[in-house]
Amino acid sequence: MFRGLWTTFKSMFEKPVTVAYPEQKRPVRERFKGRHVLKRYDNGLEKCIGCALCAAACPSDAIFVEASENTDEQRYSPGERYASTYEINMLRCIYCGFCEDACPTEAIVLGDNYELSFTGRNQAIYDKNMLLEPVPSGGLPTPQVTEPGRFTRSVPEMKDPVD
Amino acid sequence: MPKDITLTIDGQTVTAPAGTLVVDAAKRIGINIPVFCYHPKLEPVGMCRMCLVEIGRPVIDRTTNNPVFEADGKPKIQFGPKLETACTTPISEGMVVVGLSDKVKAARKDVLEFLLTSHPLDCPICDKGGECPLQNQTLEYGSADSRFLLDEKMRLSKHVPLGDLIFLDRERCIQCARCVRFQTEIVDDPVIGFYNRGRKLEIITDSQPGFDSIFSGNTTDICPVGALTTADFRFGARPWEMNNAASLCTHCPVGCNTTINVRREAKTGGNVSIKRIMPRQNETVNEIWMCDKGRFAYHFADSPDRLKNPLIRKGSELFQTTWTEALSAASEKIKQAGSGLVTLASGRLTNEDIYNLRKLTETQGGTFIGYSRMAGGEIVNRFGMLPGSNLGDLGKDSVIVVVSSDLHEEAPIWWLRVREAVKRGAVLISISIRPTRLDKIAAKTLRVEPGREALAVDAILTGDMADIVKQAKHLLVFYGSDGLGRKATGQLAAACARLLETSGHARRINSGLIPVWERGNTQGLWDMGAHPADQIVERIASARVLLVAGADPANDDPMMERALEKTEFLIVQDLFATATARKADIVFPVLAFTEREGTYTSGERRVQRFYPAVPAPEGLKADYEIAAEMGAELGLALESSAASLVFQQLAAEIPQYSGLTYPLLAKTSDQWPIVGRPDVYFGGTSYANRQGLGIHLPLLPLEDFEIPSGDLDMSLHPDAHELAVYPVTRLLDRGITVTTSPLLASRLAQADLFIHPATARKMFLNADMQVMLPVDGAAYPVRIVLDETVPEGAALIPRSAGVPIHEPQVAQVAPPVGDHASRVRS
Repeated sequence: MFRGLWTTFKSMFEKPVTVAYPEQKRPVRERFKGRHVLKRYDNGLEKCIGCALCAAACPSDAIFVEASENTDEQRYSPGERYASTYEINMLRCIYCGFCEDACPTEAIVLGDNYELSFTGRNQAIYDKNMLLEPVPSGGLPTPQVTEPGRFTRSVPEMKDPVD
Repeated sequence: MPKDITLTIDGQTVTAPAGTLVVDAAKRIGINIPVFCYHPKLEPVGMCRMCLVEIGRPVIDRTTNNPVFEADGKPKIQFGPKLETACTTPISEGMVVVGLSDKVKAARKDVLEFLLTSHPLDCPICDKGGECPLQNQTLEYGSADSRFLLDEKMRLSKHVPLGDLIFLDRERCIQCARCVRFQTEIVDDPVIGFYNRGRKLEIITDSQPGFDSIFSGNTTDICPVGALTTADFRFGARPWEMNNAASLCTHCPVGCNTTINVRREAKTGGNVSIKRIMPRQNETVNEIWMCDKGRFAYHFADSPDRLKNPLIRKGSELFQTTWTEALSAASEKIKQAGSGLVTLASGRLTNEDIYNLRKLTETQGGTFIGYSRMAGGEIVNRFGMLPGSNLGDLGKDSVIVVVSSDLHEEAPIWWLRVREAVKRGAVLISISIRPTRLDKIAAKTLRVEPGREALAVDAILTGDMADIVKQAKHLLVFYGSDGLGRKATGQLAAACARLLETSGHARRINSGLIPVWERGNTQGLWDMGAHPADQIVERIASARVLLVAGADPANDDPMMERALEKTEFLIVQDLFATATARKADIVFPVLAFTEREGTYTSGERRVQRFYPAVPAPEGLKADYEIAAEMGAELGLALESSAASLVFQQLAAEIPQYSGLTYPLLAKTSDQWPIVGRPDVYFGGTSYANRQGLGIHLPLLPLEDFEIPSGDLDMSLHPDAHELAVYPVTRLLDRGITVTTSPLLASRLAQADLFIHPATARKMFLNADMQVMLPVDGAAYPVRIVLDETVPEGAALIPRSAGVPIHEPQVAQVAPPVGDHASRVRS
């Protein structure tokens, strides 16, 4: 019994392993897979081209994409196609990251936000506005008016991934 | 029959008729030789070089003309020094084809590398991605790397509208010319072509408006890449996301088999909606083609203007009501009316609907009338095609007669198949009042005076074509309603039947009478016992209860519109609030063909089945259900729970349909060429036909049947200051099933009056002049169009294009000023 109490007593002087969440938050690991973010290019155009490959790759069928056509007067993304509807059901998502792998434009990225709580099933469905990252400084919000013939490629030329 | 030839492909022995190409022989035993430019329906060109194989032939000793044998007794095979194209090489006896050697594999890899030098990395956004032969075959046979520099890829325009309906992506084109060849060889609309050469080659259209062909949608199906896409489906969905249902095209009597692709969408509020319609292979009906009307004019089914609730008249207005109230009110009135019930059913309804409506009407002692502007169904039921007949079997020794029908406009796929038959050697006789596209391929064109078509048919066997017709093995006769009214089409059908009987072709295989009905199921209407009636206007006016299903008489004829006012009680079953529905006392909203099951009978008398593609919207019922539920209130035991059960009753009662069941209609058998399998060999029609080929109905017995006779001369005799106006049919009319598809808006028929310039001079009319055309007491504005092909003294007007004219009549056109009380004589 004394040995047990001694352990208790000893641990009073140890540094605590827990943190005072939510006042205090631990930084997440580099490859942490949290809530998805839809990325933008520096000019503010959305990277997502609505190809729905993420939806096809998703093992839990959590993603729903509907595409529409871009014009130079109303441009959301480079190329001809953009996602007019993009929804992820966070209750279904298992954070496997397959969507990230499938994405040809690196538009969908699993971010570091893990604070997801809902009081209803409908709240768990994140739509495009909730998923899109803010417009970077120097960029313009979408839809943009662009000069004809400039943004004709949907998939950017990319180097082989190094990491 | 060509001789059978045996050869070896990749170690497997295969026997095929002489003349078969190596690719096809391989496909028969399940060996895929990859192709891009080759298509079994088109002439081989050997442009893409993807099908290169090693071909060896037995060595023949020239002195003895005998094969040379190896030491082990096998024939000595000599392989060529180079690879050969399997798509242009016909098979020969003892041939050895090797498609799996390293040499062949290397060649395929290199060809793909060349094809991909300028092909963009568009697969993620390409509509073809997922069902693309280039994508599939690159995965199967291509290499992961390219030796070509990425910077040297061609950058071409990606958004070239070839017309309103088809977009071209120049970068994606691999120059296989399938589309160009399809337009030239199959449909004879050479409106697109190659321009420039080499890497600069592009597809251009030289017609005005662009890509002016009614078969343009098919090019997107057979395109082996995503270079051609339809404006309707563009970016609509990815192929793997869609579900499919087998269906039928309901627009014309050909009865093309289709596949409907559907997907649940956020755009339409989470509803399942139709994304595209593609042809479904049925080699005896539409092969693998369909026309643009069938492909694009389906939007009426998801139109927001559809009726959603039953309506009931209280005072002068229609109010929404419940089904219970509407059904009991309707059946109460029907009960009171007794034999005063008149039912008008059109060929838009399915066989099941017509059967139940007929039962409901007959048990009350009422009159059941088929709403059709054509006659002759009872003749077709006895002189039609025999089961086992196939338009695709017609060739040499066949004569095809087309009377009074512009098949290209009225039943495009029949036109296409008649053209194919003529290419195989059939003799075409075209009889019409005006030049049609059939004249170009016809061996004999008979231009007749309007109204004298039946006389011309009677005269065939005494004319210069008599011997050819009599000696032909098969004689097929199409008759239509180009410039003819109901009575005249009846006379014409009788004349055609007499021709078949006198020449000895009646009731023989691949011979017979095919009516070019105006609606998809007019044949079913006749089979179910609904005949068009004389004095329809009087019958409408005197009906105590008039039940109209799938028809809009108020819009079709001002006389009928006035008669409807006199009808005591009007019940309408329709998709839309039509002019007739607005006059009704009770309106029942019905399900569209995409939302329910049923069967249609085509003009060739083939019963075919369609399946529900989208879930039935709540609060709507199928026509047969409504009829059965009204019947239930009257104490009748009509089937309302399922279309298949109605069909069972129908099959038990109607002799031609006896023994038919839904499972029988769903039977399929192997078809050649093989398209639409998961291996996506040829692209397009991505789904194999597993849902049924339909069943050809037997003919009714001839006993006691006499071909009706009567005055065959139906010509009109206008005075000098009058015009004889003949209605003709256009593919894209202004019916509600077409106008709801905005893509086709620019191609719709206009309210134009076509007259010969000489007639115009005589009547003091000029081109583009707006005049009033009096029809049955009302006058309609029409534009004068001068056309030298129109017979003198006559005027042609498209049906259902704004002027309600269905019977030929004499009219005096007047300038639009002043009063419209022009003199009418009909």
